[in-house]
Amino acid sequence: MSLSRLSEDALARSLVLNLRLPRLLTAALLGMSLSVAGAVFQMIFGNPLVEPGFLGVSQGASFGAAFSIIFLSNTAWMVQTSAAVFALLGLGLSYLLARRVRMGGWVLRLVLAGIAVSALFSSGLGVLKYIADPLSQLPEITFWMLGGLWSITWKKFFFILPAVTIGLLIVYRMRWRINILSLSDETAFSLGAAPGRERTLVLVASVIAVSAVISVAGMVGWVGLIIPHIARRIFGADARYVLPASMLIGATFSIFCDDLGRLLYSGEIPLGILTSLLGAAIFMILMMRQTSLVQK
Amino acid sequence: MNPSGLLQFDQITFSYPTANYPVMKEFNLEIYSGTITAILGPNGAGKTTLLHLALGWLKPQYGNVRLAQENLSSYSRRKIGRWMGLVPQSEQVAFEFSLLEFVLLGRAPYLPPLAMPGKEDLEIAEEALHLVGMYAMRHQSILSISGGERQLVLMARVLAQQPRLLLLDEPTSHLDLSNKGRLVRLLRDLAGKGVTILFTTHEPDIASALATHLVLMRRGEILKTGTMNDVFTPQNLSQLYQLPVEVVDIVGKKVAIWI
Repeated sequence: MSLSRLSEDALARSLVLNLRLPRLLTAALLGMSLSVAGAVFQMIFGNPLVEPGFLGVSQGASFGAAFSIIFLSNTAWMVQTSAAVFALLGLGLSYLLARRVRMGGWVLRLVLAGIAVSALFSSGLGVLKYIADPLSQLPEITFWMLGGLWSITWKKFFFILPAVTIGLLIVYRMRWRINILSLSDETAFSLGAAPGRERTLVLVASVIAVSAVISVAGMVGWVGLIIPHIARRIFGADARYVLPASMLIGATFSIFCDDLGRLLYSGEIPLGILTSLLGAAIFMILMMRQTSLVQK
Repeated sequence: MNPSGLLQFDQITFSYPTANYPVMKEFNLEIYSGTITAILGPNGAGKTTLLHLALGWLKPQYGNVRLAQENLSSYSRRKIGRWMGLVPQSEQVAFEFSLLEFVLLGRAPYLPPLAMPGKEDLEIAEEALHLVGMYAMRHQSILSISGGERQLVLMARVLAQQPRLLLLDEPTSHLDLSNKGRLVRLLRDLAGKGVTILFTTHEPDIASALATHLVLMRRGEILKTGTMNDVFTPQNLSQLYQLPVEVVDIVGKKVAIWI
């Protein structure tokens, strides 16, 4: 469609400006937030195999959103706040549990704790779905599980923009510092950092961005895991380059997947399904090409 | 109180939260400015704990650690980072930093949390890699080098940190003979420039080759402390390791031999 036709055709203009454009921008925010959070999680926990979904954050956010829809209200700000609170709760629980697990190294303990906490929230979500009103509440909740951007409006975009901007800005400005926070506790301390406090700050900032996008887009998996890997493959491990690269590649990837979801089929394939499909495929290729993802 | 005591442990009692017995009890030690002090002792003597207390990473339950006559707890973290550098025995690194990127992290205490390292920091990091003989490998991944090379890179990072007091935990444990020689020369040069050095080792020969002062530690207690000549004796070493040790002079170097 050429631009001249766009200015003549009111329907097309409305379509592009009111439906496609906010959706496109939200897809960009989604990809950026998930990828940056993935990169931050991987570096802070010293584990290239974690992403927000592995540590109870995504499941916590979904549970929080469903909880809000059923018990509080389904206004956007309430859903978003509840999603953020439960996302942070998920992260906190995973962390505390990992510290108390009496087996394995730190990496294994974190992954185990994350799986347990995620399962807890998933089953909680199952209970919420069971008691939800099947006509009004259940459809809304089901959409979290699939993950998609079909309901995005300008209102929703502007609603999540502040949280995403603040979260990403904090992490972005601290990107060199994140390298130091990826080192062992006593080393980070000996380099003048406050490892506990500063790690919490960047984790909370990235969880705020992630829970904001999850609150409008639902569960979109795998982006946070594979995009940082691709960024590191191209630019090396230094977070100075990995974070901006993850933002760009993540935004591109989720816009691409969202477009593909609308084009492939007469209906629309939910975004979360496509990112998982492509993400898992890319991950397999990465694993086979790299000699080892986790250095022991 | 000796005015030249740079680092003072004053009546330190310390125990780990998980253990019910103290690692150190009423522990006193003074490290003098401009010296190279070796802490020699068998495994489990509390040598690493001592370094972590010096750094302020561990805090004693009782007693004070003083740096330049001031309580360590009155120093800000960044100030501690500019005063002291730590070379851990080994360090887990999960990501493929290039050697240069990794050494550059040593500049952190000089930069506010939101700042990026500048051109000057980069030059200091490159110089540090030169000094440990790893400059040619600066773009290689830290995960692709050997354990000994990794130890040299840790050394380069602390050189980039430009500390006045250098803490090293078993700095030679992974090094081959030529790199041990390189490290000993490097540390002597630093001491010549006025850097105070405190290192742990369980190898008596490294202690005698490098240090001017010696602390003998066993089970959280100091057996002997003083200058190398006074302390590095067959009696003291035999007592430390609880096995007969001879000290022989070979080409002007004192070497411990166990029988």
